[in-house]
Amino acid sequence: MTMLTDRQQLSYIAAQAADARVNLELETEGMTLNIGPQHPATHGTLRIIARLDGEQVVWAEPSCGYMHRGYEKLTEVRTFPQVTALINRIDWLGSFANEVPFILAAEKLMGIEAPARAQHIRTILFELSRIANVSLFLGDLGVQLGAITPVFMAFRDREYVLNLIEGATGGRFHPNFDRIGGLKDDLPAGWIDETRTVMKKLRNFCDEIENLLFGNEIFQSRTRGIGVIPRDVAMQYGLSGANLRASGVDWDLRRDQSLPMAWNKVDWKVWTHNDGDSFARCWVRLQEVRESTKIVDQLIETLPAGPVMTKVPRIIKVPEGEAWVATENPLGEMGYYVVSKGDLGPFRVKIRSASFNNMSITPWLLKGVYVPDIITILASLYFILGDIDR
Amino acid sequence: MRALNEGVFPLSATDTETPVAVDEARNDIIARFTTALGDAVVDSLVKPGDDVWIRVRTDAWRATGDAARELGFVYFDFLSAIDWMPSPFGRGEDDPTEPAPERDMTVRQGYAGGKTRMQVLARVVDPTTTIGVNLKADVANDSPVIESWVTVFAGANWHEREAWEMFGIRFAGHPDLRNMYLPTDFEGHPLRKDFPLLARIVKPWPGIVDVEPMPGGGSDDEAGE
Repeated sequence: MTMLTDRQQLSYIAAQAADARVNLELETEGMTLNIGPQHPATHGTLRIIARLDGEQVVWAEPSCGYMHRGYEKLTEVRTFPQVTALINRIDWLGSFANEVPFILAAEKLMGIEAPARAQHIRTILFELSRIANVSLFLGDLGVQLGAITPVFMAFRDREYVLNLIEGATGGRFHPNFDRIGGLKDDLPAGWIDETRTVMKKLRNFCDEIENLLFGNEIFQSRTRGIGVIPRDVAMQYGLSGANLRASGVDWDLRRDQSLPMAWNKVDWKVWTHNDGDSFARCWVRLQEVRESTKIVDQLIETLPAGPVMTKVPRIIKVPEGEAWVATENPLGEMGYYVVSKGDLGPFRVKIRSASFNNMSITPWLLKGVYVPDIITILASLYFILGDIDR
Repeated sequence: MRALNEGVFPLSATDTETPVAVDEARNDIIARFTTALGDAVVDSLVKPGDDVWIRVRTDAWRATGDAARELGFVYFDFLSAIDWMPSPFGRGEDDPTEPAPERDMTVRQGYAGGKTRMQVLARVVDPTTTIGVNLKADVANDSPVIESWVTVFAGANWHEREAWEMFGIRFAGHPDLRNMYLPTDFEGHPLRKDFPLLARIVKPWPGIVDVEPMPGGGSDDEAGE
């Protein structure tokens, strides 16, 4: 340590005092910024209240409930088959995937299983929902960061997938196709050939997006190192799906639990990323779309013959018991804790939606970031309002 | 020695031992929780190959969370509550012009038992084995209070706020127990069974007048096809 002369010490103190005067003059009063409820980055009506100091967020808190529809209460006055019409609308971009865990929970309580063909078709439609959902995310991501082009490509190619879903189920957004014991219908003629072509298109779309967006320097500088979630924090908040895998946790419910579905019959890979930042989350999702197209490709080639519906009573009464079933939905882990009292309808359904947990980290994550990064972080966490509020 | 059996041995091993092994893993979970918590574990239930339920004493709720983390259940899945009282409104399909029908109002708790009307339910998962455990605790009828898990799992914050507004369960030690969805001045706790579903009261369920026998069906209990 060097010794300071008196003169140096004095000039140091004077400089400090000058700094303090400047700081006093330039000191900004804290500002409260209200983002939403109507904002393109909120995928619906999420409102974020952020307390700012200059450009930095001191405190931020989402204000939920603008789309709370009380599904948990409504399920208590519905019969088991009626519930799927409601839960279709939780994550409206991947509707079919919402139906599956609930139906599986009901089947588990009844002790029945769908025929092999139904399990295969369920898995195909599940993955198509994922592609429809996440491909929109990939396009929307660009818009939120200021790149307009990707969203047109996303809407163009997502349309093919929606047409497939419509062709099989009759509904573009809310198929309501899953039944306790199987499926409403078999696949229509010519559907499999069509699917083969569409999956090729979707893989091209992934390549296009990867070149256009993920290779873009501006995109990288806006997402890399922004909103880093460490592995143990992600676990504490119960993050799931790509958000968890982007924090380096190798965990996918499609692979890690045995459900009566067809994922374990085909060859695919779970992608993880070690960075935990916004870029990692987007990148993992892009890879997931590719894997989904591979899963669909393999499943349509190995579709077993047979019925799509097992024998169930016309009036479905589910035996008394409790069951928990969760699946790896487009947004993350979606689970239903179903309590039945042996009645026509469920006694209580706890809907564990992915976005609720994924968003509960935002007060922690947004602390200290700059205002434009709020948008990046929200976009990369990827939530659907219906999935938060239910 | 192994080389001789190589073709046969692994097959038979997986075929016969898989269900038993999973079962043992779940029994082991209960044993580990009992060692960690002593007599705070009141009741437990294992469904082989499916799931495990453990009910703990109310005053040991936070200790249970801490124990779960130490036992490797570091992934917080969800926290919610169940109101075991049967709804006095049935399924909201009563004819408003008739007197309300008699209903069996006995409170019957589910797996792992219970003594009170409301229970807190949480699920935590061990990411290495991906086996989860459902933890339950009774909440006193007259003053529903239980310790908060916010210090154990930061993610419990929102879940507890939701359980508070929906069931009226207070979480002692929660830093900010505001409503999650409902307006601040909302009265009542909607997911309690004695909270009526207003839509069904304002406008009676139209299904009552529409009941017609299914075509071609005498017996409704068996599949027609």
